[in-house]
Amino acid sequence: MENIFEVKDLNTYFGDSHILKGVNLSVPKNEVTSVIGPSGTGKSVFLRTLNRMNDVISTFRKEGDILLDGQEIYDPKIDAVDLRKRVGMVFQKPNPFPKSIFENVAYGMRVHGDNNKKRLQEKVESSLKGAALWNEVKDKIDESAMSLSGGQQQRLCIARTIAVEPEVILMDEPCSALDPISTTKIEDLIHQLKNDFTIVIVTHNMQQATRVSKYTAFFLEGKVVEKGLTDKIFIEPEDKRTEDYITGRFG
Amino acid sequence: MARNWEEYIIEKILLLAAISSVIIILLIIGFVVAQGLPAIQFTGFINFIFGMNWNPEYNLYGVFPMIVGSLGIMALALLFAVPLSILGAMFLAEVAPRAMRRILRPTIQTLAGIPSVIYGFFGLIVLVPFMRVHFGGSGFSMLTASIILTVMVLPTILTISEDALKSIPLEYKEASLALGATHWQTIKNVIFPAAIPGVITAIILGMGRAIGETMAVIMVAGNVPVIPGSILEPVRALTSNIALEMGYAVGIHYNALFATGIVLLGLIIFLLVIANYINYKRRVTIGGGYL
Amino acid sequence: MGEDIYEYSADIGKRYFYGGLTLNRIISPKYAQKIMNVVFWGVGILAVAILVIVIGYILYHGLPQINLTFLFTSPINDGRSGGIFPMIISTFYITIVALVVAAPLGVMAAIFLAEYSGENNFVKSIRFATETLASVPSIVFGLFGLAFFVVFLQIGFSVLSGGLTLAMMAIPTILRTSEVAIETVPQSYKEGSMALGSSKWQTIYRVVIPAAIPGIMTGILLGMARAVEETAAILYTVGASFSVPVSLFDSATPLSLHLYNLAVEGISLPNAYGTAAVLVIIILIITVTTNYMVERYTKKMMGR
Repeated sequence: MENIFEVKDLNTYFGDSHILKGVNLSVPKNEVTSVIGPSGTGKSVFLRTLNRMNDVISTFRKEGDILLDGQEIYDPKIDAVDLRKRVGMVFQKPNPFPKSIFENVAYGMRVHGDNNKKRLQEKVESSLKGAALWNEVKDKIDESAMSLSGGQQQRLCIARTIAVEPEVILMDEPCSALDPISTTKIEDLIHQLKNDFTIVIVTHNMQQATRVSKYTAFFLEGKVVEKGLTDKIFIEPEDKRTEDYITGRFG
Repeated sequence: MARNWEEYIIEKILLLAAISSVIIILLIIGFVVAQGLPAIQFTGFINFIFGMNWNPEYNLYGVFPMIVGSLGIMALALLFAVPLSILGAMFLAEVAPRAMRRILRPTIQTLAGIPSVIYGFFGLIVLVPFMRVHFGGSGFSMLTASIILTVMVLPTILTISEDALKSIPLEYKEASLALGATHWQTIKNVIFPAAIPGVITAIILGMGRAIGETMAVIMVAGNVPVIPGSILEPVRALTSNIALEMGYAVGIHYNALFATGIVLLGLIIFLLVIANYINYKRRVTIGGGYL
Repeated sequence: MGEDIYEYSADIGKRYFYGGLTLNRIISPKYAQKIMNVVFWGVGILAVAILVIVIGYILYHGLPQINLTFLFTSPINDGRSGGIFPMIISTFYITIVALVVAAPLGVMAAIFLAEYSGENNFVKSIRFATETLASVPSIVFGLFGLAFFVVFLQIGFSVLSGGLTLAMMAIPTILRTSEVAIETVPQSYKEGSMALGSSKWQTIYRVVIPAAIPGIMTGILLGMARAVEETAAILYTVGASFSVPVSLFDSATPLSLHLYNLAVEGISLPNAYGTAAVLVIIILIITVTTNYMVERYTKKMMGR
């Protein structure tokens, strides 16, 4: 099994507050890895550290190594913009741009300098198909993305992300704002996507973790308490705290 | 019981204070129109607005050169001020580090607070001679006036545009960055387009300020009531027309200056209605989110 | 569909979108980022430079003119020599008249809009009137002041006519700033007071206004700055006296107007510099005080 991300002794800070405390984690390639744990334990911070989204916050600081294919991503030689082309992100709340459906998906290609009409059209279609949205929107591709339902918007955001052809897709509680039917559609989609992409998903929903992911890491107070095969963690957890959490005794 | 009466009376007093703005604006419009109408009747509406000659000695009152003057100075000033203000707003809202923001914000605020007569004085003493040396002519010109106005409308457009840029949800920015766009691409392709209604409102308010400015323009524009052949020739604005001649105007000339005021008021109210309409549209479309 | 995806660029945002991105083929995004950083910093530094040059120039030439004689004597020979004492007094006198009228009206109107009114057409028309009032060119205020106060009410060219004209200009400034200040007083304060059995006005008077006072003071200071710096509106309402105004009905020449006359008529450049410097210093003091108050106020609010 090949690991795409290797995280070693990761500590992160916002100003004085110490968020992640010595995280060690490997993310296997072309698999789905779930990150679970109670609120405020740094799951989102961890995810956002993997594509350097935390760079936006000026007080952010990190110690330790994050290797993507053996390369430290916080190396001064690495440009965050290049990194984010390889490591895409889908956010908690669907956040399509206030543009047409077509322009939302074409955005990534355009900013990377490809304005060829034919290629854009093909890419938009294949990405929307890849996100299982094409049939629902093919007749209104020029309408505002805001006219879509929440679940459709989230799949549009996924389409927008895969159009850039990243290697990894980070998903930050992608279903927390959605209804059960839309959630099911996204979970089905995740199953298909893992053939082409590595996926790291933060979720509060433990059933979701068991349904979509092969591996799981349990975060508690900025530390990884337990990690490994999802089935093992949920059936026979080694740590008492993991057991307490997955059986709903706290969190 | 007494308590209720007190409450009632206080509320009515406050209401009266609130209505005072309405009363004042109606009084202003009423008095300016009443004093100005005789001149418009005397000259004829078309002749007044489109008349090319302003010569009180011969009772000729055509304000068209001044309308062109005001709009020309405004347009030229906006040509400089809009790009500068928008870039400045982007800088303040998105790019500038905290230390720079702490310098730039009070700077913009102070620029907005400098009296127009000071800008006019500076223009007269420094800019007019400079223009005379480098561009020829007298130095009093449409271009000189619009350079001074650029500095004067910059704070207005910049501050309101900055508010518009800052009101764009952070999610758009994050989404764009996560797709591998650079910060500038994100500003240009996502944040700025979403803020355009607010920026247009800012520009319209800047237009209003440019058209309404009197002292700074009067001191550097040269004030010849003729349509200028180039931006380096002198020009007279509507506001200057009033300020220059009110001191000695009598009879129909006096009324003609109030009529100039009617034109100014008309322009300003027109701009305000447009600005309000855009604001209204923005509120309506925020759910639809069309760009 | 098909081709027309690329055709519809009817609105500004979209046209900008395409227009901006075609550049990518020529300049790489990262290079564009570097260029724009330079441009951004250039614009920021330009703004600071303009301020430093304008104020620096006025103070550099004006400060040497300022001494006790200049500040405390009357102009001699139309201002060719002598000082500006009557002008300083006139400026303060007129500003005070303006504030005495505008501050209560503006603050009371703000209380009404923030606490007593909902969002209906009546309130909307008040807001539109205030907005319009804020955008009326100052020279039109001057025309109105002349037609209404000087001629119609027969007050004549005087401190009172000028002050009342300036009051009308200051009302929208004071109103809007105060309204924001009152609206930001936390709801919990009001509820706390109401729960103790206070009436609405008692709550406003004892709880809301004290909490909003720094914001209201800021509004009044901004209105004050507007009155001090204004020239066009008082050009034909205060007259042109060179003596110290005593009565409200005396005519006067405030600093701004005096500067205009000195500069445009070419009477005395050194005195013009001196007057300009005094005016700039007064405005700077008001601006700095306002900033200080706003900063202290926001700190206090954040502290809670």
